[in-house]
Order: sequence, then C-alpha cells, then structure tokens
Amino acid sequence: MNTELFGIIATFLLTLVIAIPLGKYLAKVFAGEKVWTDFLKPIESGIYKLSGINPKEEMNWKQHLKAMLTINLVWLVYGFFVLIFQDKLPMNPDGNPGMTADLSFNTVISFVANCDLQHYSGESGVTYLTQHVVMMFLMFTSCATGMASAVVFFKAFRDKTSARLGNFWEFFVKSITRLLLPLSFLIAMILAFNGSPTSYEAKDQFISLQGDTVNVSRGPAAGMIAIKHLGTNGGGWFGANSAHPLENPNYITNTVELVAQMIIPIAMVIAFGIFIRRRKLGWIIFGVMTIGMFLLLIPTISSELGGNPALSKMGISQATGAMEGKEVRFGPAISAYWSTVTTIISTGSVNNMHDSSMPLTGVWQLLGMMVNSFYGGCGVGVLNYFIYLIIAVFISGLMVGRTPEFLGHKVEAREVKIAALITLLSPFLILAGTALASFIFTSHGDAAWAVQPKNWLNNPGFHGFSEMLYEVTSSNANNGSGFEGLGDNNILWNVLTGFVILVGRFLPIIGPVAIAGLLGAKKFIPESAGTLKPDTLTFGLMTFAVIVVLNALSYFPALALGPLAEYFTMLK
Amino acid sequence: MKKYIIQSIRLTLVLMVLLCIVYPFLVAFAGKFSKGEGGGEKITKNGKVVGYVLLGQSFTKPEYFWGRPSAVGYNAAGSAGSNKGPSNPDYLKQVSDRVDTLLKYNPGIRKSDIPADMVTASGSGLDPNISEQGAIIQIKRIAAYRKLDEKKVAELVVENTQGPLFGLFGPSSVNVLKLNLALDELKK
Repeated sequence: MNTELFGIIATFLLTLVIAIPLGKYLAKVFAGEKVWTDFLKPIESGIYKLSGINPKEEMNWKQHLKAMLTINLVWLVYGFFVLIFQDKLPMNPDGNPGMTADLSFNTVISFVANCDLQHYSGESGVTYLTQHVVMMFLMFTSCATGMASAVVFFKAFRDKTSARLGNFWEFFVKSITRLLLPLSFLIAMILAFNGSPTSYEAKDQFISLQGDTVNVSRGPAAGMIAIKHLGTNGGGWFGANSAHPLENPNYITNTVELVAQMIIPIAMVIAFGIFIRRRKLGWIIFGVMTIGMFLLLIPTISSELGGNPALSKMGISQATGAMEGKEVRFGPAISAYWSTVTTIISTGSVNNMHDSSMPLTGVWQLLGMMVNSFYGGCGVGVLNYFIYLIIAVFISGLMVGRTPEFLGHKVEAREVKIAALITLLSPFLILAGTALASFIFTSHGDAAWAVQPKNWLNNPGFHGFSEMLYEVTSSNANNGSGFEGLGDNNILWNVLTGFVILVGRFLPIIGPVAIAGLLGAKKFIPESAGTLKPDTLTFGLMTFAVIVVLNALSYFPALALGPLAEYFTMLK
Repeated sequence: MKKYIIQSIRLTLVLMVLLCIVYPFLVAFAGKFSKGEGGGEKITKNGKVVGYVLLGQSFTKPEYFWGRPSAVGYNAAGSAGSNKGPSNPDYLKQVSDRVDTLLKYNPGIRKSDIPADMVTASGSGLDPNISEQGAIIQIKRIAAYRKLDEKKVAELVVENTQGPLFGLFGPSSVNVLKLNLALDELKK
C-alpha cells in the first residue's frame, strides 16, 4: 500500500528533476543561444536545404499561422488516402483491411491534431506501414507543431515591440532534431529492453500450457510508444493502449511513460519564463498549474483507493483499491495518478480503462480535459493558459478601472474578443456535441449504421451519458482517451468527433498566436505604479479563480447529469 | 501561399525519411539485442514455446492457478478491458457469479479473503499477473488436485511473488504462467 504511494511521489519528483533543466535548455535552443546539441546543426542545415527553406527568413504572426496551417493540410490530405488504401500497400503481414472513408477522416484528423482518439483497434485496424508513415510520423510532427506555435507566442513577448517573430520552419525542425527524436530513441531503448517488441514479424501462434491455441499480435511498437508519450499524443500501438503488457511491460516502463508525457508541457512553461526574461512569471504559471493538478489528483487517488462501493457490499476484499480495468503490475494508486496526468495534459494514453473508473474519478478526468491547461499538451498547454490569462487581465482591469495591459502592451477590444470567443468555443463544442449524440441515441436509435445508435452505449443510465460526454470532451481537448465502451466506429461519431477535434485544435492555436502577435506589435508602455503585474501571487490566484469560475459555469450541469448523478445513486 | 505548399511537401518528404525510415530502423536494430530479440520474450517447455512472459493466458483447469477474468478471453490477437461502469447491474451480477465460482472451487476460503483482482477484468484482457492474495486463496485447491503438500505449494507462491520495484515502489505481483510452470516442475 505505502509502496504504491511512494511510487507516485517518486514519479512526480523524477518528472520535475528532468523537466526543469529541460525548460532551461529549450529556452536556449529556441533563442538560438549556444547549447551542447549544436553539433546537430549540419543535419538541420541539410533538412532546410532539401526542403528549400531559409531559416533566417523572419515571419510575422500571420505568416507563421499560414505556414503552420499549410503543412497540416498537406498531412491531412496525404494521411486520409494512405489509410483508405492501406490494404493495397506493402508491410501488412496480418492482412488488415483498408479504412472506410469516415473512419479515415476521423483517424487522420485525430493524429494530425495531436489528439489520437482511436476508433479502430491497433491490432486489426492498421498496418505496420500506416503505423509508421501515418501514426508515428504525425506523432512527431503534431507535437512539433504545438511547440513551434508556442515559440511564436514566446517570441512576441521577448522584445519590447516586435512584429518579426522568427521562422516557423526553424522552430518546427528544431523541436524534432533537438528534442523529440533523440529523447524518443532513448525511451524506445528502455522500452525495448524491458520487453516491448521492435521487430517486424507478423502475428505469432503458440499452444498454451493448458493446450489452447493462442494468436499474438506484435510489431515494431517500441519506437511509436516512445513518441506517443513524449509528444503527449497517446495513440496506442495495441488496442488496450498502455494497459497492454507489450506496450507497458512493467513498473519501470510505466514510470518512464508517465515521466515522458509530462516533461515537455512542464518544460515549456519554464522555458516561457526564461525566454521572455521574466522567470518569475514562468514559476507563477507553473505554480497555478501544479496546484490545479493536485486538486484533481488527490480526490482521484482517494476515490480509486476506496474501491467500488458496490463490490464492497458483496463482501470481497478491495485492500488495494478498485481493480476493474486495471493491471496488477501497476496497482490502483499509480493508475489513478496516470488517469489524472493523461487528462490534464492532452496525452490520452491509458494504463487503466477510464470507463471502469469510479464515478467521482470520472468527474476529475473530465474536468482535467475541460480546463486543458494544467500543464496541457505539448506547446498548446501554455497557449490555452494564455487565454485564461488574458481574460484574467481583462477582468482585473475592469475591477481597478484601468485599460488592461499585459507585459507592457495594452489589451484592447480586439484581443479580448478573440480570447472570449476561444473561451466560449470549448463549452459550445462539448455541450452541443453531447446534446446531438444524446438526441440521436434517444430519437434515432434504429439508424442503419455500423453501430446502431441504440446499441452504442456499453453501460445503462447515467454512466451511459458519461460515455458520450467523455467522448466529445476528449475530442475537444485533443486528448484522445475515451470511455472505450462506447461503440464509436460509425458515421456519426467519426464525423462529429473529427469535426470537434479539428476546430478544437486549430482555433485555440490561432487565437492565442493572433493575440500575442497583435500585442507584440503594439507600442511598449514602461511599467508604472498602476501597472498590473502578472508575475505576482495575487494575479496567479486571480487567473486560477477565472479558470475555476469559467469551467464550473460551463460544465457543472453536464457533469451533474453524468458522473455526479451516478455517484449519488451509488451512495444509497 | 504557393511557396508554403511546396516547402511543406518537401519538408514532409525529408522528415519522413528521418522519422519513418532512419529512426525505426535504428530502434529495430538495437532491439535485436534485447531478450526476445525484439519479438517479445517467450517461455519454452521441452523445446516448445508455451507462451510469452508478459502475456497472460487462460487457465481454467482446477489443477492450475487461475489468472484474472479477461474481457477478450486471453486472445492476444486483440486486447481490451470490459469497459463496464462501476454501477452497471449486469456487471455486478457477473462479479457476484465469479465470487460464487471461486467459493465453490476453493473450499475453506471466505468471501472477505477474495481480492478484487480475482473477480474483476484487467485493462488489457491479457494481464499476466495476480496479486499474492489471489494465489494464496488457490493453494488448498491446487494441493488437493495435485496431491501435493500445501506447504510446498505455498512456498512456490512465495518464490514466485515479485515484490515492489527496488523494494520501495509499486505493488507486488505473481506471474501466473511462471507459477504454473514451476508447479508442473514440482510434480516430477
């Protein structure tokens, strides 16, 4: 029991010990200062040359967004067709079929957007080729897209007034060469030497000890699992994701995967402070995010360790906690920790099945994704937080009756409008999406789809509603985990979540980058006695209050209908 | 705009070589030196592969230690949890049936001896482990069916229990396949 809690503490400390120096390193890399990985420069120059890119060419915020959106569009089109025709392409030893158009639409958007919601199962739905050239490729590039977009935002606040924000391709390529690729290789090695497969052999067959014939899906998984976590992607090689013994063989790999998914989101916050030469602001943001994480983590651990009250009534022993959907080698404590980590940052990989979590755990998982900026995803976590920050600046400005300003730039109507729209976007997508799905479930249950609406819930009652709410929330947050009992491979879910992921990914990148670009170009106002100081504890608390109030107002009714209602019915 | 499209396509192609050919090749090459040579570590008995160390398999015969319930019947061509919610009545009925089965086959145990992992499905459906308590409640049955000394079987369970990592972190567990292989050895 205590060893399980020690495991959580050790994992979190290890994360900080790696993430903080990494933040300092990243700030230097993106500022173009000297770092020890500069020996990779020739490789980068080669990449620029072959791609016809001049990394010295400065872009303004609009050009940055154009470049970012263009390359993402290229991946969307390319991936869509490769997935449809995967059965006719090589490297398909298990003979898996091509995807339907709606499934391919959903899958490619999901991987381009760093969401990795999977409506297929890795063992039977994709081939070794597509796992590489679509899934794994997009895992690297979507994370690098998020990081590069965040660096553009950093750049806007580095100098007093600047419209020239560096080169998008340079930030993008450096994210891969200086961070993602080398670290992924290291993680892949740890996984491989703990038992994750790396070879290209097809399915295996053996006769078990008791005499049953068993087929085993395998494949070169280790390399993909590494970037899946490092890049906060979360899409599993196998259907059961990191609960699968080959995807997450033991407690060591579990720790490595947990640490890997958290280091970049934390490092980017630290890097932000250093990059704009306001270290204290970085630490205040880090502090708010960490408090947010613990407020979700502690009740999650408590509700999972308490076990399922319905099983307690049967009289069996739940000495370590609730075990449905969990693996013995991890135990309920670190599984609860994982479920918090994977929902507050946008990984969405799972080492336990969220559909079988206790009802209150479901509330915390959903809230983590709704807030989506307690660290948040690779790069985009900081951007999401920035929106809350602008709202907090605006409200504080109203409270003291001054024109709000942030880091020496006036925040005016245009910026606040953008921030307000982005704030409203998430509740709109989540609530409207869930409402639409619920309506179809109740009114068009007999539609002749791959999974009939009346059959798509795996659980009755309030929990069934939670399955739909979770699916849309996870899509909007670009998280990708699911209450996987939901029968989601049909036209409605594929198209609906595909659309939600797409909008929920790109508008929350475009918004903050635009605000930062607009602010950065404005005249710098020197600090005076009346200036709002964002790097104070008071303002940190103000931002935290904004996060709590906005999310509580938006989502409480939906949470009350789903997991909260289930919790109260189980009490009686 | 046109410039960005061409740059995007060229950059995509270049990165594809790096990320989809060079990187996986290096990983696959290095993986050859791991225990299972990259294909997953196997366990053999009399020269025949009887399973993978990391993958649980189905044990239903009373003379073997049983593993956890599995939503996919330990078919490793797929993987999944039950995804049953905690308040689902069908699910609770299922758990209660599993409790009855354990009580029937393992004389002398009480309900409160049964650990949750023995009556709940794992996340992957392929969990290779059970808790130590999960093995202890089966000792009497195994000893009776195999006509072995209970003490000997109990010793075997202790030997096959893996403690927390470095003695400090995480839970302890028993690998069911390894335990059953050791059990077969004991017979000789």
